[in-house]
Amino acid sequence: MSEAATSNTTELPPPFESLGQPEMRLELLSQPRYLCGGRSMVESVALRLGFDELNAGQIALAVDEALAIVIRHGYDKATDRRIWMSLWPAEPTTGKEGIHIAIEDEAKQVDPAGIKSRDVSEVRPGGLGVYLIEQIMDAARYEQRDPIGMRLMMTKFAKKNPSNDKH
Amino acid sequence: MQIETETTSDATIINPSGDVDLSVSRELQAAVKKVMEEKPQRVIVNLAGVPYMDSSGVATLVEAMQIARKQETRLVLCGMQDKVRSIFEIARLDKVFTIVDDAGAAASA
Repeated sequence: MSEAATSNTTELPPPFESLGQPEMRLELLSQPRYLCGGRSMVESVALRLGFDELNAGQIALAVDEALAIVIRHGYDKATDRRIWMSLWPAEPTTGKEGIHIAIEDEAKQVDPAGIKSRDVSEVRPGGLGVYLIEQIMDAARYEQRDPIGMRLMMTKFAKKNPSNDKH
Repeated sequence: MQIETETTSDATIINPSGDVDLSVSRELQAAVKKVMEEKPQRVIVNLAGVPYMDSSGVATLVEAMQIARKQETRLVLCGMQDKVRSIFEIARLDKVFTIVDDAGAAASA
């Protein structure tokens, strides 16, 4: 993890290495037809971790957007590469109901500081993925994996935490 | 995803059904473009059968809106389920599009 760009808070998401073995992990090909599997899995788990249906659906949207960014930009639409999604409940590390999610790939590495959402007041097609992730999740951090690929760490707390009631 | 298109005396109605994500948004894009090429007065995209849409689906509809504005076609979205509506709200596009509850309202919006 040589570089990192953090949004929202400096404490979250926790460092990937500090979370230990994921409690659930999905490996999928960079094939758009499998996006539905990723979002179904995370939505189901989010419901079990205390999220309401709307927030669980939005977390699934954030994951879908993250996976799509890897497919389109990381792997240049190649459909035979690997992506990993890992999940942890947030309570053991934060004391609050929620979820930590990691999306990892073996794509070309970019400077995390250069991954920024665009101004949505400009109405044009495309470019919404990073913005949606930032708006939906309470914290998101892009980082370079060692030795190859990128990782997106995300944290979202259940809606019952008023300070985290973003949408 | 399936996409049915129907034409009435007042409008062309596009009825997609199923999730709209990166794997199928090009199908919706093609269907919308085909309809827009006819330059109808009013196009209604009825999303009642769409339980999920990602940003690629939204981009398709933004593109449709831009085409509609250029050729003075009235574009109306209707039938949005909560999850689909939420992406428009988060992206602040809910005030940019004309969005109504159902196809009946869309005919006069």
